[in-house]
Amino acid sequence: MGHWIIVPIVLPALVAPLIIMFTRNDLVLARTLSFVSSAIVLVVAIALGIAAASGAPEVYELGNWPAPFGIVLVLDRLSALMVILTAALALIVLLYAASGWDGRGRHFHALFQFELMGLNGAFLTGDVFNLFVFFEVLLIASYGLMLHGGGAERLKAGFQYVAVNLLGSTLFLFAVGLIYAVTGTLNMADLAVKVPQVEPGDSALLHAGAALLLLVFAIKAALVPVHFWLTGTYAAAMAPVAALFAIMTKVGAYSIIRIYTLVFGGDAGEAAWFAEPWLMPAAIVTLAVGMVGVISACTLGRMVSYSVVGSMGTLLIAVSLFTSEAMSAALYYLLHSTVAGAALFMITGLIAERRGPDGDAIVVSRRFRNSEVLSGLFFLAAIAMVGLPPLSGFLAKLLILDSARDAEAVPWIWAVILTTSLIATIGFARAGSRLFWKTAASDDKVDAPVPAHGIFAMAAAGVLVTGTVALTGFAGQIGIYLDATAAQLFDSSAYIASVLGESSGTVR
Amino acid sequence: MEVFVASSIGLLAAAGVYLLLRAHTFPVVLGLALLSYAVNVFLFSMGRLIVDAPPILQKGVDTYTDPLPQALVLTAIVISFGMTALIVVLALRSYLEIGSDHVDGTSIDDPKAGS
Repeated sequence: MGHWIIVPIVLPALVAPLIIMFTRNDLVLARTLSFVSSAIVLVVAIALGIAAASGAPEVYELGNWPAPFGIVLVLDRLSALMVILTAALALIVLLYAASGWDGRGRHFHALFQFELMGLNGAFLTGDVFNLFVFFEVLLIASYGLMLHGGGAERLKAGFQYVAVNLLGSTLFLFAVGLIYAVTGTLNMADLAVKVPQVEPGDSALLHAGAALLLLVFAIKAALVPVHFWLTGTYAAAMAPVAALFAIMTKVGAYSIIRIYTLVFGGDAGEAAWFAEPWLMPAAIVTLAVGMVGVISACTLGRMVSYSVVGSMGTLLIAVSLFTSEAMSAALYYLLHSTVAGAALFMITGLIAERRGPDGDAIVVSRRFRNSEVLSGLFFLAAIAMVGLPPLSGFLAKLLILDSARDAEAVPWIWAVILTTSLIATIGFARAGSRLFWKTAASDDKVDAPVPAHGIFAMAAAGVLVTGTVALTGFAGQIGIYLDATAAQLFDSSAYIASVLGESSGTVR
Repeated sequence: MEVFVASSIGLLAAAGVYLLLRAHTFPVVLGLALLSYAVNVFLFSMGRLIVDAPPILQKGVDTYTDPLPQALVLTAIVISFGMTALIVVLALRSYLEIGSDHVDGTSIDDPKAGS
């Protein structure tokens, strides 16, 4: 693919300053630039996906220094999948934001492009320190996006969000330092070669580094006990921003999958499958905490945020099984939960906008505009999120339950997933009946102002709901790609050979 | 020298964690700053502690210091400096807007707030 690999990073990085410099007072031009850039990234991402599907991981040497001396970008099936998902979601979120949300503060589109750059960079990089840098890029942009629109509530949640993530960044640096001290490298493929050769005396340091790194990724993925930042942040952020943030927790999940299959995977000697004993219990508790939060939340925004926490639990249960079959199920659930979570955040924003003073509180109130369409969208998105048939959530949970069959923790996994699905169903059903059914019985209507381009936002939410239907319909074809992705993840020799050259894997 | 460097990192990190757990925004910001100092010194020492040695290959020199941690520290300093500036502005804005510098946004006079 030559230089195309770097386009998803460089293009947003070039477009963002252009937006700042030339579109200060022209929102339409900013929207156009942002939209064109995201569309090009999506096209390139799909082309990259096709290229990645046809063979071995592809390496792009930044600065033209060979690995492990220079920093490399690596395109394999997993990173291509994540870049495609990001680009598609970004385009739909832009459509939603164009209905007027992006005008409520300054520089929405510039921050949005920087966020895209950080996300794509984090998915494509093959170097741990470079991963840290792209984490920072996406976090800095996300601070701005999260505060977009202003207001006391948002500032309060924003401070907590920034403080938690700064602590996370500091821990990331400690982890990077420890791992570098014992292995002398930060290139992921080179680490995979060097980690098994670490002397027994140094293995405690290496394990401390691996544990700290897992903690950092757990913060990003909102895993219990470091999940508490998510609900306040996502509920306080504007609807399109929260919808985009649905992919941010997946950056944590992606990093866990990447590092703990490649570097601390089966070939890592003493540190083999390092994450498994920590990740599994944490993921099970996360799922329980998230879904209990769904039923206890008193606003729709918080309820959806808790369901995102719960879905991260389900996703990481499947990841922590560390088998090829479970990983394929996990990746399908990752696609599904991103789409369903983003759709729910968008619908929450649409409802809150139309209910006037009641906002997104789950209380019986007066009827509001478009409640028929919105109730339909909410119904479908909720079904997808809790995992009822026939939508993709059901398929994904079924795949995860099936792949856990041989695991030791299978009674726990099955019990918690099935019980929490019931709890989440009750929570969403309660919210839906209060918001739509009981409200419909009253005669007086809210006279909130008509949103100017509400049709864009409605269409965006509709596209995402259709997306879960498509995920269900094309589950067979997607499954084939994901099976190959999972197989590629568990066969790290191809990845190492592509990055370090054919011979180096054996010579060292 | 090892003991001195190690204990100063430990002291910085402990003070940083203590301040981070305070209930008001200013100590939290200071705590984050101290933690970032701790991690910068820590990263330096991860290339081993070597004094008076060049990082670049030269003729007639046998001992070198590892240049990579120095590059990492430089990046980390820039990022943490920018982040600290951002969080200071954010803390000020939220103090002005909410009228309290409590991290949960509750008023200082509120008996339920605690501290």
